[in-house]
Amino acid sequence: MIYLWAFLIGGAICVVGQVLMDIVKLTPAHTMSTLVVAGAIADAFGIYDPLVKFAGAGASVPITSFGYSLVHGALTELERDGWIGVVTGIFDITSAGISSAIVFSFLAALLVRPKG
Amino acid sequence: MKKLGSQTWQFTTRPVILGSSAVVGPEEGEGPLASDFDFIFDSLEMGEKTWEKAERALFMKASVMALENAGLDEEKLEYFVGGDLMNQIISSSFAARKLGVPYLGVFGACSTSMESLAIAAMIVDSGGGKYALAGTASHNCTVEKQFRYPTEYGSQKPPTSQYTVTGSGCAVVGQNDGTAKGPYIVFATLGKIMDLGLKDPLNMGAAMAPAAADTILSHFRDTGLSPGHYDLIVTGDLATVGLPIAKKLLADEGIPMEETTFNDCGLLIYDLDKQKYTIAGGSGCGCSAVVTYGHILKRMKKGELKRVLIVATGALLSPLSYQQGESIPCVAHAIALESGGEGA
Repeated sequence: MIYLWAFLIGGAICVVGQVLMDIVKLTPAHTMSTLVVAGAIADAFGIYDPLVKFAGAGASVPITSFGYSLVHGALTELERDGWIGVVTGIFDITSAGISSAIVFSFLAALLVRPKG
Repeated sequence: MKKLGSQTWQFTTRPVILGSSAVVGPEEGEGPLASDFDFIFDSLEMGEKTWEKAERALFMKASVMALENAGLDEEKLEYFVGGDLMNQIISSSFAARKLGVPYLGVFGACSTSMESLAIAAMIVDSGGGKYALAGTASHNCTVEKQFRYPTEYGSQKPPTSQYTVTGSGCAVVGQNDGTAKGPYIVFATLGKIMDLGLKDPLNMGAAMAPAAADTILSHFRDTGLSPGHYDLIVTGDLATVGLPIAKKLLADEGIPMEETTFNDCGLLIYDLDKQKYTIAGGSGCGCSAVVTYGHILKRMKKGELKRVLIVATGALLSPLSYQQGESIPCVAHAIALESGGEGA
């Protein structure tokens, strides 16, 4: 059942992205930023956490989960360490994603030359 | 040279296209016009390290081949009129380094092909010189990178978007001394800027259609001719979205386009059913240039076409103007060609 929910919820988030591009006429970059911010706001209202538990990768793979992770890490460390936690925690959960982006970009740049 | 009406030049000496060239990339080489091109590169890199250098290589190859096809020594060439889509038109200016003749750089976006030909014809017709080279080039990867997204980015494209032609076309315009058989350059109708407020750079066919229609309308008003005078009228790169709009605008004005064959270079260059990645059809400076200097001039030579009107269309936007929310000003320049063997 979790597979079905992952498919439906993940698919629904992607449909929102496609609608933002095709009908609202946002650029791909604006669409991405909008989804990140939407994920962050959803976490602030405590909506995204239950969604991840409910739909698994359907909610954790789309870019909205990046916004969710930023806010979630900050809020967790805020509770633990006080206000400084907002700064230290913001990249806590997302650090794996950001580090792998840097490492794999470095490896790709060693092998091929970007031409733009 | 005589001015007819408000926008048309009539070249009284009827300058001749002594020779031309159409050099393309691998994708155009897979299209239906492949046999009409003088040279087909088998890779988009063209043996160069950057896309910009590849575009320049295209341009240089086309300029050399045009001179060869015209049977003209490089030393005899007197002028070069060229342009392209890059910032500061680097491809034509850098290609001009090798030619060593007075150079006029022009920018008309995708209308550059006919804009440069009109200026070259004016130079020759007015006695400013005997031989002038007109040409332009575009490369799919340089243009996508400059006007849309980086080529590696793989951004989605809507069904209205067009595919930039990798190609360069050049023509050697010479004085009509009575010996050359043509094709002759008879008229040039210079377009006005048309801007109906469209802002989507991924739907340029629709933005440019009113400019094409306006120039065609002005051509017939200024010359007193009707579409039936021509065996073929082609627009530059309106593609599947823009051509029907242009047809409707002309029908609304009561221009009987059904008297002639009315087509578009962006539709002729690719097989849209097989080459799905071209989406709505071809675009770019090279589009009307290689279709005209390759396909159309060869058909004229074979006697299949006698009189042709080429209406090259250009969308004069910059990435910056688009980001600042400006609409797209468009222009279209028309040239009437006539094959030899008959008076004006």
